[in-house]
Amino acid sequence: MQLLPAERAAQLSAEFGLKPDEYERVLSILGRSPSLTELGIFSVMWSEHCSYKSSRVWLKTLPTKAPWVIHGPGENAGVIDIGDGLAAIFKMESHNHPSFIEPYQGAATGVGGILRDVFTMGARPIANLNALRFGSPDAPKMKRVIDGVVRGIGGYGNCVGVPTVGGEVNFHPAYNGNPLVNAMTVGIAPRDRIFLSAAAGLGNPVVYVGSKTGRDGIHGATMASTEFSADSEEKRPTVQIGDPFTEKLLIEACLELMATDMIVAIQDMGAAGLTSSSVEMAGKGGVGIELVMDNVPQREVGMTAYEMMLSESQERMLMILKPGREAEAEAIFHKWELDFAVIGHLTDTGRIVIRHKGEIEADIPLAPLESEAPLYRRPTAETPKQPVLAAADLADPIGPLPALEKLVGSLDLCSRRWIWDQYDSTVGGQTVKRPGGADAAVVKLEGLKRALAMTTDCTPRYCQADPEAGGAQAVAEAWRNLTAVGARPLAITDNMNFGNPEKPEIMGQFAAAVRGMGAACLALDFPVVSGNVSLYNETQGRGILPTPAIGGVGVLEDAAQAVGLALQPGLDLVLVGDTQGWLGQSLWLREILGRERGAPPPVDLGAERRNGDFVRARILAGEVAACHDLADGGLLVAVAEMAMGGGTGATLAAPPAGQATQGWWFGEDQARYLLAVQDGAALLEAARQAGVPAAVVGRSGGRDLVLADGSSISVARLAETHEATLPALMNGEAG
Amino acid sequence: MKSAIIVFPGTNRERDMAIALERVSGRKPAMVFHRETALPAGVDLVVLPGGFSHGDYLRCGAMAAQSPIMRAVRDFAAAGGLVLGVCNGFQILTEAGLLPGALLRNATLRFLSMDCHMRVERADTPFTSHWQKGAVFRSPMAHGDGNYFCDDETLARLNGEGLVAFRYATPEGAITAAANRNGARDHIAGILSPNLRICGLMPHPEDLVDPLMGGTDGLPLFTSLLDSLATA
Repeated sequence: MQLLPAERAAQLSAEFGLKPDEYERVLSILGRSPSLTELGIFSVMWSEHCSYKSSRVWLKTLPTKAPWVIHGPGENAGVIDIGDGLAAIFKMESHNHPSFIEPYQGAATGVGGILRDVFTMGARPIANLNALRFGSPDAPKMKRVIDGVVRGIGGYGNCVGVPTVGGEVNFHPAYNGNPLVNAMTVGIAPRDRIFLSAAAGLGNPVVYVGSKTGRDGIHGATMASTEFSADSEEKRPTVQIGDPFTEKLLIEACLELMATDMIVAIQDMGAAGLTSSSVEMAGKGGVGIELVMDNVPQREVGMTAYEMMLSESQERMLMILKPGREAEAEAIFHKWELDFAVIGHLTDTGRIVIRHKGEIEADIPLAPLESEAPLYRRPTAETPKQPVLAAADLADPIGPLPALEKLVGSLDLCSRRWIWDQYDSTVGGQTVKRPGGADAAVVKLEGLKRALAMTTDCTPRYCQADPEAGGAQAVAEAWRNLTAVGARPLAITDNMNFGNPEKPEIMGQFAAAVRGMGAACLALDFPVVSGNVSLYNETQGRGILPTPAIGGVGVLEDAAQAVGLALQPGLDLVLVGDTQGWLGQSLWLREILGRERGAPPPVDLGAERRNGDFVRARILAGEVAACHDLADGGLLVAVAEMAMGGGTGATLAAPPAGQATQGWWFGEDQARYLLAVQDGAALLEAARQAGVPAAVVGRSGGRDLVLADGSSISVARLAETHEATLPALMNGEAG
Repeated sequence: MKSAIIVFPGTNRERDMAIALERVSGRKPAMVFHRETALPAGVDLVVLPGGFSHGDYLRCGAMAAQSPIMRAVRDFAAAGGLVLGVCNGFQILTEAGLLPGALLRNATLRFLSMDCHMRVERADTPFTSHWQKGAVFRSPMAHGDGNYFCDDETLARLNGEGLVAFRYATPEGAITAAANRNGARDHIAGILSPNLRICGLMPHPEDLVDPLMGGTDGLPLFTSLLDSLATA
């Protein structure tokens, strides 16, 4: 083995992102200087991206168990029991750094990577969602980023034939230098046919399938573990290139192989490629692994062991097969025109050994690579509490309807049609609620009555003002959105996007957000089953808003019971939940008064539970024609969204006595829903018996939104404003 | 009705199509992989569904048109068999020379996924008999290359011989530029072969055959086919 000279090794370790004390640990594990390949393996395995070294101490405090959880965090994706002998397998993952450097490919490979995490466990993917945060559209290059990310998500998902059914988008200058691209995939598998990644069986063949390995994405995981500087464009070669057609072939070939009994273990080659997949599979199984690089299918000539082990070429999987089954498995992959190569075997040495051209290129003990991996309990600083703002103290300069029109055209509330019109949301023929049709996407399971509801949620401005309340709110809003279509919320995946964890105030945001999320998960029986952490989302020292994006999944036993948000005429509008008129951190405050201030709305988890369980029961009893949760923009925005969804107006009652008008219409108090029902009085009686606050606030009909003082605005005009914003910004943006 | 769905490696709407066909006929269609060289015996309808047949990184459907199974599809069509091509299937039919013209990049240069409306231009074909002439129906569409193009001579022939099956229209049936999202020549959404036995269209009626998914506007395409095969 060719060892690096000590001075060169120390210098390279710094370039690869290892801290001096981490490099000392490498030396003590090996008892000698490393080879280049070994140093590469240590640096990617111990990168923030792969090791979760700053976040693990906090993440392990999150609730991860429930009777319906089959596999929680630690596998490629979370697995939950959804009935009918089926499991839902899902996860959300970030591709933030690559998407800023190269928006199309960054976003596309983000979708590809999360799809592989899900089908590697035996699931056929049935839905994609995403959570996107962009900077101000007039920031440099931001329109190109928005355009490229949307095209990339569509380009990949549309081709693999998995419908993109939901998502969320925010705009804020804090993301000018670090847009966030979080992609989520949900798949379905028989609950007794889940494939795991722990390798087993001395001598069993290690098999590589999928695309050939090239020089793309080398050190991508390391790049994702540092802040950006002004020269980030030079990092473009660390971005991978996606090939959704090959991914489609890989899905079909893997599912065909999974229908046999040939697979012992399987894992996709994601971040840190062959290195992380082989180290994690062998490490989890407590075995050793020996790989021969000469057998790795290669796209380019002259590749070194170092390059092959660190490449992040896409659309590749690693698996352990039962002995003697190689030819049968190979036939399946050749049918799908994919590479198939036996590149090694399992050993009992507890070491990973890499051979190339007759030389040993790496020989590392697996246990210390994991057990000695750095783990930091970094210093935290609490975010100072912001003052509670009273609605009555905030003067309303323009009145409710002009404010409403401004809000529905604002970046954070305008129609997302320009985006979702570029995503195939119907392929598969099972999409019951498409984007914009309901608070959560609803996708039926083919051949069954059962359906899954799915959503992604986070309100970063709340998290910035109060990370603990914001963390709880993100989980509660996901739960609420699933509830609002009639689904029983089951579990979440979390995608923790934060700044530089070495700064105490950032680590404090992280710790507080986890506290809030954990409390909400417990109170709502809504455990975390998978997740991903993206830190160092900073450019030139400026961090993003803390963004713990939540992906929620729930189940409907009968897809026909799902309700949407489109309003029909002749119905009572019932507001469920208590309204104080909370304007701190509200969109009204930001868009109308131009202030981002105050404490965000508190989250009363008991009320969330009570109100949500009540609403869901009414939906499943068939009493609710349409339902919408109250979130950004509050009551009047919710009414407008329902009205625009159905092309129907409404006449609204005056605010209750004692309420400040602006607080009533635009306050963002939590745990609230707006229901359209035939019989409002009956619903109020049911609410009274359940101890849930409820009030009839209006009645649908006509073509205008009419307030009690006689002022009105046409739904058509609202819709025009609502629809115009993104096309006006983005059309003409060349691809 | 004994139907066969041709599956290329990147086909992705074969299940949608199978659901629609089974819904009207009660029979599961045969799935025929592109490397096969013959259709199953007794097949009376061949469907080329949507997707990205071979990745479609170059011209959509160009490689698929050269697949082994396409020789059998050509023979089947030459013998007067019924062939339906939807989206990528339409692209493949034009590349294979079974229908005239070509599908170009959408005029918007963006992928378009939304509901569109189509006006039925003639109701006396095996694909359209369960509509009235001039009827308007809704259908999802999802494509990047659906902008139908042909030369003047072909267009004159299509119009002159009544070979335009469907045109993009407003929900009220008006033929407007705004309703023609992909920029198709003369608003053409779907066309027929001269013997009316081959039909290609860009939108996806197979995705709107169930009230749960938002409606049944797409059903008449399939009940028409069933009807024509039952009475044949």
